[in-house]
Amino acid sequence: MSETVIDIPSRAGDLTVTPLPDTERKGLTKKEVSADHPTWCPGCGDFSVLALYFKLIEKRKIWHEKITTVAGIGCSSRLPYFVQAHGVHYIHGRALPFASGISLSRPDLHVFVFGGDGDAFSIGGNHVNHTARKNIKMTYVIMDNFVYGLTKQQTSPTSPIGFKSKTDVWGSLDQPINPMKQLIAAGATFVARATATNPNHLLQMMEAAMDHDGFSVIECLSECVEFFEGAFDAANPRKGGVFNAVPADHDVTSEAAAYNLADAAFPGYFGIFYKNSRPTKNANEQKINQTAKEKTKDLAPWQILQQNFAKLK
Amino acid sequence: MSETTLTTPPTGGSPQISKVSEAIIRIAGNSQDGIQAIGGFLARLAGRSEQEVMTFMTIPATISGGPSIFQVRIGSGEVLSAGDEADVLLAFYQHSYDEHIHSLKKKGIVLYDSDHVQPNQEWTQDYHHVGVPISGLTVEVLGGTAKDKGKNIYALGLLAKMFNLNVPKLTKLIGERFGGKDESILNNALAAFHAGYSYSVGHIVKTFQLMESNRKTGSQVVMNGNEALGYGLIAGGVRFGAGYPITPWSDVMELLRRELPKYGGTFVQCEDEIASISMALGGSYAGRVSVTGSSGPGISLKTEALGWGVMAEMPLIICDIQRGGPSTGMPTSVEQSDLNIAVYGGHGDSPRVVLAPSNVEDCFYTAIEAVNIARKYSVPVIILSDQAIATRIEAFPEPDLEKVVQDISPDLTPVATHKPYDLSALDGITRHAAPGTRIQSGKYPVITGLEHDEMGHPSGSPKVHTQMVAKRRKKLQALAASLPVPAIFGPSEGNVLLVGWGSTEGPIREAVDRARAAGDSVSSIHLRHISPLPPGLENIFSGFNHVFVVEMNDEGLYGYGQLGGLLRARFCDPKIRGLTKTDGLTFKVKEILERAKNNVAQGLNKL
Repeated sequence: MSETVIDIPSRAGDLTVTPLPDTERKGLTKKEVSADHPTWCPGCGDFSVLALYFKLIEKRKIWHEKITTVAGIGCSSRLPYFVQAHGVHYIHGRALPFASGISLSRPDLHVFVFGGDGDAFSIGGNHVNHTARKNIKMTYVIMDNFVYGLTKQQTSPTSPIGFKSKTDVWGSLDQPINPMKQLIAAGATFVARATATNPNHLLQMMEAAMDHDGFSVIECLSECVEFFEGAFDAANPRKGGVFNAVPADHDVTSEAAAYNLADAAFPGYFGIFYKNSRPTKNANEQKINQTAKEKTKDLAPWQILQQNFAKLK
Repeated sequence: MSETTLTTPPTGGSPQISKVSEAIIRIAGNSQDGIQAIGGFLARLAGRSEQEVMTFMTIPATISGGPSIFQVRIGSGEVLSAGDEADVLLAFYQHSYDEHIHSLKKKGIVLYDSDHVQPNQEWTQDYHHVGVPISGLTVEVLGGTAKDKGKNIYALGLLAKMFNLNVPKLTKLIGERFGGKDESILNNALAAFHAGYSYSVGHIVKTFQLMESNRKTGSQVVMNGNEALGYGLIAGGVRFGAGYPITPWSDVMELLRRELPKYGGTFVQCEDEIASISMALGGSYAGRVSVTGSSGPGISLKTEALGWGVMAEMPLIICDIQRGGPSTGMPTSVEQSDLNIAVYGGHGDSPRVVLAPSNVEDCFYTAIEAVNIARKYSVPVIILSDQAIATRIEAFPEPDLEKVVQDISPDLTPVATHKPYDLSALDGITRHAAPGTRIQSGKYPVITGLEHDEMGHPSGSPKVHTQMVAKRRKKLQALAASLPVPAIFGPSEGNVLLVGWGSTEGPIREAVDRARAAGDSVSSIHLRHISPLPPGLENIFSGFNHVFVVEMNDEGLYGYGQLGGLLRARFCDPKIRGLTKTDGLTFKVKEILERAKNNVAQGLNKL
C-alpha cells in the first residue's frame, strides 16, 4: 500500500562520558538548576516563587531530567525559561491539559505547572475544574497577582471590586473569583494558600503539594509591583499586615470547614485548606490497564491486534 | 446486476438462477430497525467469500429514529464504489419505498414489507415488485412481543434466499454476533433468519448466484474507515490520545479508549476540543507520538494549539473526519471542505503535513505513515478522512501485522548535548528529546510557542525568526521531495485527467473505466499527500488537455474547489478546473462523467 517513512536513528552512541549512576549523583546546586536570568520587574513576587522552586529541587534531590516545568501565558508563565530542566511554554490557559498528557503517560516524572490568575481562572478556568475533578497527579502553583501584568494592567478574574485598571477605569465591577472555594468545589484533592512574602511557609506548602498523590494546587499571592503595588501588604507583617496561618485545629478533610476559612475577608488565612486522598486518574487508568493486560500479557502488540482482526473477518 | 452471463433454465417450477458478477442492494428503513446489521452481515459474508464489498450508509442526525439507508455492493471483481443504482431495494416503510425506488435500476427488484408499504401502480411497470409481509411473518415466528425486533434478520433470510448466499457462513456470523448473550436472543435471530430463508420465493421471478471470486487474496478483514484508522494508529505505535465526542469522529475515540489499555496505553475523554489537543501534545512531548481528532467545528477550536505544535516542532496526529460544514452544518453528511483549514488553518506561517486516505484499507496504512512522518519531521500531521469513508465497510487483505506493527517507545537515551531547534541540522529536521532524557552538558531545552533560539529560549531577533520560519518550512520541503510521484490510473497522456483526493477514489476510477470503455480518453490520479504535494505533478498535468479536480466541496468565490484552488495557486495552470458538488452525498460515477463532459464542452473559457 503506502510507503512508510521509517528512518529514525536511535540516539545511542552520542555520549562521550558514561553518566554517573543516580546513586552517585549529588543533588543539584542552585547554579546548576538556574537558566536564563528572569525577565520580571525588580520587586516582583514571582522571584520568590522561583527561588523556592530551586530550593525544593535542591532539597528534594530531583534530577534535571526528572523535572518537567509547564506553563501557559503570562508574566509568571515565563518561569520554565529560568529553570535548567525540561520545560514547556505552552499556550494561554491550557497548561493543565498539556501537563495532564505528560502526567498520564510518564509516571516517572515530577510535573509542575506554574501560571497566573488569568491562566487559572479566566481563559483556562474550565481546565482547572476538570483537572481537579479527574485528580490528575501534578502540582499547580497559581501565582495570583490580582491583575493582568504582561498586557499592562487590565482587570483579572481575581481583581477586587473597585480595582482601577485600563479596562475598568472607574474600578472593577465584577465579583472576583474565590480561588479556594472554586478549587474545593471542583474536586481538587490538595488546596493550599500561600504568599510570596513568606518564603518558609511557601516552601512548606510546595513540599506538601509535591508529596501529595493527586492534583495539588497552591494559590500563591505574588505582588505585581508595576500594576497593583501594595495589593498584598495586608498579608505581609513587614508592611504592617498580618500573616494568619490556618488554625491548628482546622480539619483539612472537611470541605465545609475549608469553605468557612475561605470566607474570611482579605488577607484571609494561609496554609492547607483542604486535602483528601481520593484515587488519582493516573491510578484509576493504571487499574484499567492492568485488567486489560491480564488477558493479553504474553502477547506482542501485533498479536493483540491480530485477535481483533480475527473478529473482523 | 451487471453482466448476467449465465442463466440456468428453471427446473421443477422453481425460479431461474442467474449468475451475476456483482449485486447492489439498498436497504431502506428507520435507523433503529437494525438495517446496518443486515448490511454488516452481508459485507462480512463477502469478506469471508473473498469477494469485494463496499457499503454506503446514511444515518439521521437525530438521536433515535428517522429514515436511514444502508447500501451494499458485493462483487467478484473489483468494487470501487457503493454503486450508482441498486439492483435490489429492500423497503421497510412507505417512506423508504417512496424515496428510494428511484435509486433502483429500471427493471430492478423492490422487495417491500407489504404490512407497511402500499405499492404505487405507476411504478409497477418499471420495477419488479415483490411484497412480503415481513413484519407480520416475523411476529408469527418470534411471538407478539418481538414486534419490531428481528425483522431485519428475517429480511436477511429473504435476501439470502434471493442471492443463494452461503447459509452456513451466515448463520455462523449470526452466531458470532448474538452468541454469548442471552441464549434466547441467538435462538430468536436464527429462527427469524431461517423463517425468512424458507419463505416461498415462488413469485420472485428469479434468484441470483454471485459468481465465485477469481481473486485469491488470502484472508480478508472487513471493517469501516474509522475502525481501520483507529487500528492503524495502534499499529503505528500510538499509545496515548485525547478527544471530545463529535460525529463522525467519536467512533475512533471510542475504539481507542476501549483498545489502548490492552497495549498499556490510555485515551482520555476531555472537557473540550482545546484540552484534547493540548493533552495529546503533552503526550507527544512526554515521548510518544499521540493522537487527537475531531470533525468540522472541533478542528477550528484546535487550531491555536496546532500552531503551537508547528512552532514547538512537536509530533502529533490530528484526525479530521470531515462532515458537511461550516458550523454545525450537516453532521451526518459527507463533504471534503476542510482541506483549506487542514492545510492553512491557523495564525502565522504554520506549515504542517496533511494526508488523505483514499479508501478504508488506506485509512489503516495512512495512520502508520502519519505516525512516521510526525516522528521523523517533528511536525503535526493531519489525517483528512471523511464521513463516507468513516462509515463505509470494505473488505481488504489482512495486513501483515507482524511486519507493520511498530514500536515507538520513547527514546530516553542520555545524550551529550541537545539543541531542540538546531539550525545546522540537515534540511532543518530536528528531534524532540523527551523529559527523562539526561543531557550531559547540563543544558536543558524549553519547548515553546514563542519564537526561540536553538535551545528554545525566547528570541525577538529578526534574523532568528527568519531562520526558524525557514527551518520549519525546509523540513517539509525535504519531506515533499521524498514522496512518491502519484501513479496514473490509465494512460499517461490523453484528453482528460481527473484529479481526486480522499474518499472519492473509487467512483473516480470507475468513471475512468467507464469512459475508456466508451472510447473517451480519460485518466486519473489520486493524491494521498495533500500538503506538502508530491513531486512530478507538472509532468503528469502536461500530458493532458484538461485537468479536472473532483472534490466534494464548493467551487468557491473563484470557481475552484479547495484542492483545485491549491493546485492552481501552485502550478498557475489554467487547464486545472474544478469538478465539485455540495449535496452532502458521495459522487456517483455518472455525475463525474456528465460533469467532465460538460467541462470539456465549455472549453477553457468558463471563467
